[in-house]
Amino acid sequence: MILDIGFETMPREDLEAIILRRLKATINRVYANVPFYRKKFEENHIMPKDIKSLEDLKQIPFTTKADLRDNYPFGMFAVPMDNVVRIHASSGTTGQPTAVGYTARDINTWAELMARALAAGGATRGDIIHNAYGYGLFTGGLGVHYGAEKLGASVIPVSGGNTKRQIIIMKDFGPTILAATPSYTLHLAEVAEEMGVSFHDLKFKFGIFGAEPWSENMRQEIEHKLNITAVDIYGLSEIMGPGVAIECHEAKKGLHIFEDHFIPEIIDPETEEVLPYGETGELVFTTITKEAFPVIRYRTRDITSLNPEPCICGRTHIRMNRVTGRTDDMLIIRGVNVFPSQIESVLMEMDEVEPYYQLVVDREGNLDTLTVLVEVGERLFSDEVKVLQNMERKISNNIKEYLGVSAKVKLVEPKVIARSQGKAVRVIDNRKI
Amino acid sequence: MRAEQISVFLENKAGRLAEVAAILTEADVNIRALALADTSDFGVLRLIVNDNQKAIQALKNRGFTVSKTDVVAVEVEDRPGGLNRILDILHQAGINVEYMYAFVQHSGKNAVMIFKIDAIDEAIKLLQKNNVTVIEGSKVYTM
Ligand SMILES: [Zn+2]
Repeated sequence: MILDIGFETMPREDLEAIILRRLKATINRVYANVPFYRKKFEENHIMPKDIKSLEDLKQIPFTTKADLRDNYPFGMFAVPMDNVVRIHASSGTTGQPTAVGYTARDINTWAELMARALAAGGATRGDIIHNAYGYGLFTGGLGVHYGAEKLGASVIPVSGGNTKRQIIIMKDFGPTILAATPSYTLHLAEVAEEMGVSFHDLKFKFGIFGAEPWSENMRQEIEHKLNITAVDIYGLSEIMGPGVAIECHEAKKGLHIFEDHFIPEIIDPETEEVLPYGETGELVFTTITKEAFPVIRYRTRDITSLNPEPCICGRTHIRMNRVTGRTDDMLIIRGVNVFPSQIESVLMEMDEVEPYYQLVVDREGNLDTLTVLVEVGERLFSDEVKVLQNMERKISNNIKEYLGVSAKVKLVEPKVIARSQGKAVRVIDNRKI
Repeated sequence: MRAEQISVFLENKAGRLAEVAAILTEADVNIRALALADTSDFGVLRLIVNDNQKAIQALKNRGFTVSKTDVVAVEVEDRPGGLNRILDILHQAGINVEYMYAFVQHSGKNAVMIFKIDAIDEAIKLLQKNNVTVIEGSKVYTM
């Protein structure tokens, strides 16, 4: 269902006129209210009046995670604290966290976009939404929650963790929509199986999964195990939270970006050059309606590409393809660029392998070594050692063939690889460089 | 005439074998025979126990990957050449033995060995025709 027909299916020409108007207003506001942006504009001899077309956005320098850290906690806010009604913080996976703020209007915008997203993913006001995203400083839980209420659906604010209880709630309350990270969803499926509960007996129809990169194969596995239609949702706290982009359940082929609020660009992460549609690079966002925490050309470090082709669902907003990795997840193993998601794709193509893996990178002498830990589930296990050894070889050969990098494969017991309640730990880099 | 063995995946690190034994003891399961085949990284523990269902459930509950495999329990005469005779019979019929291990208990004056064979029914018939005693599964678990 398209919740906001007016904006979501607006002809491109009209949409672009609105985008430009909102961009100009944002540029004016950050120049006036955020010293960081004023300084940056002045250093580059840019005045707000120089931004006359969407093309002119390219003149403005990028904003990075480091900029947000330098201005931690509230230095990038564009409104006085009096007007800020909510603060979230991103997990500091790579050091210091970053804080973001919202005005009452920002919270309302976010709820509207998240409601649009849930509707695109198959939810209606008659649905019960089991929201297993974490509630707290992380934007996932509350973002989905407000959107669900805005849509008029019933939301179960179950948050992450206490998995057995979640399964019991699923049985008792009969939720029809699941919102969770893909890795936690597979954990839920595993625990349900241990408890003798089949997802085929539950009422779920659709699942809205995000907050970490996942693969097409993982989608098929989730759809099969949970007997649902699974769509990908995208968002990050620096831009807003969940609901920046969503796959429509009709096409399930790329995520529509709510362009009436966010301008996407794809750049080459090395040269910082803007890339044409279809080319893969780093996703960059400019927010054009945010009040408390507007960002201009923020480098998300997420790797994807943009697809401007019209979609069967009728939405005119551009689609971003599935995020395949992060610029900072990218491992360089003996000169070869490797994304964990690529290893995942190789593993998921093998029927016997469960999607639980971990990459361990070491340096022996001057040589980088990559070890892939793969859990031995029932499908992979054999009572014969040579069958297991052949499997190790087969995985290793496939990785070599697809990625051009040699990896040692090590079979491990189930659950050795940390199943985080939120994001799975996929990479351990022991190299001291 | 088949017997059932349970196989458990283990990482090759200290204490894993002891943990399996402790879990089975706790579940009131008796181990009748046990063999570990391992590499530098992992091992496969093969077990004959008195209660397969209970053992599998207890191990799965603790997160182990477990499977069931059909094997043959055979009496081996406790004298030189006893085992060779059996291997010869199978070899000459072109039947391949994947692995084998000894049973803790003796059956009377004979030793008991567990064989994992692909062509299991064919092997059972052949051994019986050659007057080798194949022990019934239900008897193996309670020996
Ligand atoms: Zn669509």
